[in-house]
Amino acid sequence: MEQKIYLDNAATTKVDDEVVKAMIPFFNEEYGNPSSLHEMGIKAQRAVETARQTIARSIGASQEEIIFTSGATESDNLAVKGYAKRHRTDKKNKIITTKIEHDAVLKTCNQLAQEGFEIVYLNVDEEGFIDFEQLEKELDENTLLVSIIHGNNEIGVIQDIRKIGKLCKEHNVAFHTDATQSYCKIPLDVNDIHVDMLTMNAHKLHGPKGIGALYIKSGIKINPLYGGGAHESRLRPGTHNVPGIVGFAKAVEIQQKDMEEKAIKVKKLRDYLIKRLCNEVDECYLNGSQDLSLDKRLPNNANFRFSYIEGESLLFRLSDFGIMASTGSACSSASLKPSHVLLALGLPHEKAHGSLRLTLSKYTTKEEIDYTVEKIKKVVEELREISPLTKR
Amino acid sequence: MALDYTEKVLDLFRNPKNVGEIENPSVEVKEGSPTCGDVIQMQLKINDKHQIEDVKFKSFGCASNIATASMATEMIKGKHIDEAEKITWKDIANELGGLPSVKVHCSVLAVDAIKQAIDKYKIQKGLRKITKDKIDKDFIIDKLRHVIDPSVGTDIIRLKEVLYVGVEKKADKADVLIELAHPEEREFESNIEHEIKEKLEFIPGIGNIKVEFKDHTPNPKSPEGI
Repeated sequence: MEQKIYLDNAATTKVDDEVVKAMIPFFNEEYGNPSSLHEMGIKAQRAVETARQTIARSIGASQEEIIFTSGATESDNLAVKGYAKRHRTDKKNKIITTKIEHDAVLKTCNQLAQEGFEIVYLNVDEEGFIDFEQLEKELDENTLLVSIIHGNNEIGVIQDIRKIGKLCKEHNVAFHTDATQSYCKIPLDVNDIHVDMLTMNAHKLHGPKGIGALYIKSGIKINPLYGGGAHESRLRPGTHNVPGIVGFAKAVEIQQKDMEEKAIKVKKLRDYLIKRLCNEVDECYLNGSQDLSLDKRLPNNANFRFSYIEGESLLFRLSDFGIMASTGSACSSASLKPSHVLLALGLPHEKAHGSLRLTLSKYTTKEEIDYTVEKIKKVVEELREISPLTKR
Repeated sequence: MALDYTEKVLDLFRNPKNVGEIENPSVEVKEGSPTCGDVIQMQLKINDKHQIEDVKFKSFGCASNIATASMATEMIKGKHIDEAEKITWKDIANELGGLPSVKVHCSVLAVDAIKQAIDKYKIQKGLRKITKDKIDKDFIIDKLRHVIDPSVGTDIIRLKEVLYVGVEKKADKADVLIELAHPEEREFESNIEHEIKEKLEFIPGIGNIKVEFKDHTPNPKSPEGI
């Protein structure tokens, strides 16, 4: 099978050709260190600062509020640990997060729990929306920080961060959101939403891997994670990844152009995929928000579950047909537990094992979706044929 | 995490052998739990000379589960049951050119299913005599090693969830009482109870089976307690 249909864009994306082109000179021509004082250093520094401006503008922030990191995991760690450790007092040591966070926040909070922080993991409803009553109840004078994912990487559900931000402000609690999946897919403006820190990265939006950013509202103080030089306002030491930073900004620039139109186009194709699979395959269900609108579900995300079959087998068979997808089955991990996100929705384990995530991009075509639907129908039928759980 | 399976594993996963069902199997077992993501159904057709004439399996499981079941069934086909039950996970893993270590749980199920099927057959045919005298605490514990707590994916003996096993000998049968600690997630209690009954019910000599879940407070007074 020569043809490759890439439907795993929540994992990573194809780097846009224009992005690659923008990056190349910074490997072998303009390879100076932005910290150097000579001409090549100045050129590199200018490239970094121009990129910073592009990224700041994309969310309505100012240049000084953007810190470059190695990616979303580091941004999440820097935000949560950096803020928590800086502002902790004997009394104030509570962090509120959710049961559906990406591991970058979830495991970071678990680490902080080991250090004596009190962590509250908010429940979500069966579609993945957080429990606001619980959030309001938990926001008290001991609360230091709230960290809630914006667009979920597995089930695509989008939290109402405007409402969360408002509540945090009322209670004078800092608010961080991981916007890795939503950034540059749906509009985000930090003047519009009360948010103190926001995680972004490049490789989910056709930029390079290994580069991300953290927005830190001016006036918010955090501790750095590592010791080192004075780079990035002393918050993130280490020589700048100049080609990565340039590529990141280029990707943002491309994504920001007609962002809404692009989102609607991808959404239309995604809605078509959902409609076909749910209509044409027995016992196929959509996980996450059933409301498919742009403010409730990431436009490129679809996550299904199929009764009686196991996700890894499904994935491998699809891979044989050139279709690249993802699953929340335990078999995709080292433990026997399926995805914590699917379990948080209240799904029984055996149903979570049969999940399939398909995430589209601007490159996805209708032909690819049609081909994928046909192959999924075939593979699901075959696997059910050999499953001892299928009703006879 | 991308798993690097051998070509042999992938090949058997794509074109599994002995998949399906036998019309009138001599014996049938189901091993595993849907909650852990792996269930295997194994059916054997055994002739008068106790040779395995046919074997078929069905799988709700991952690629390694399907591939090992495929390989294992090929290896025991035509063999005498005494020989077939000696098959080990290692034999199969070797034939497959190795398996990723995280996949031991899924791949060991096929071997377990074969062993359990032959054991069940032997007991049913009276080749392995289980009189009520043989049914004691150790016998029951041995069977409980095949019951998995889905909250953690490990068997209930290794998890030390079995608090007490009582065997009460009646005229022709022995009644069994099993007390368990609540599993990590209580929703799995009915699941565990069902599995325990499936592992014990068919054994002649076993009468009533009672399963109870308790808070974990070991009872020092019960001599047969664990």
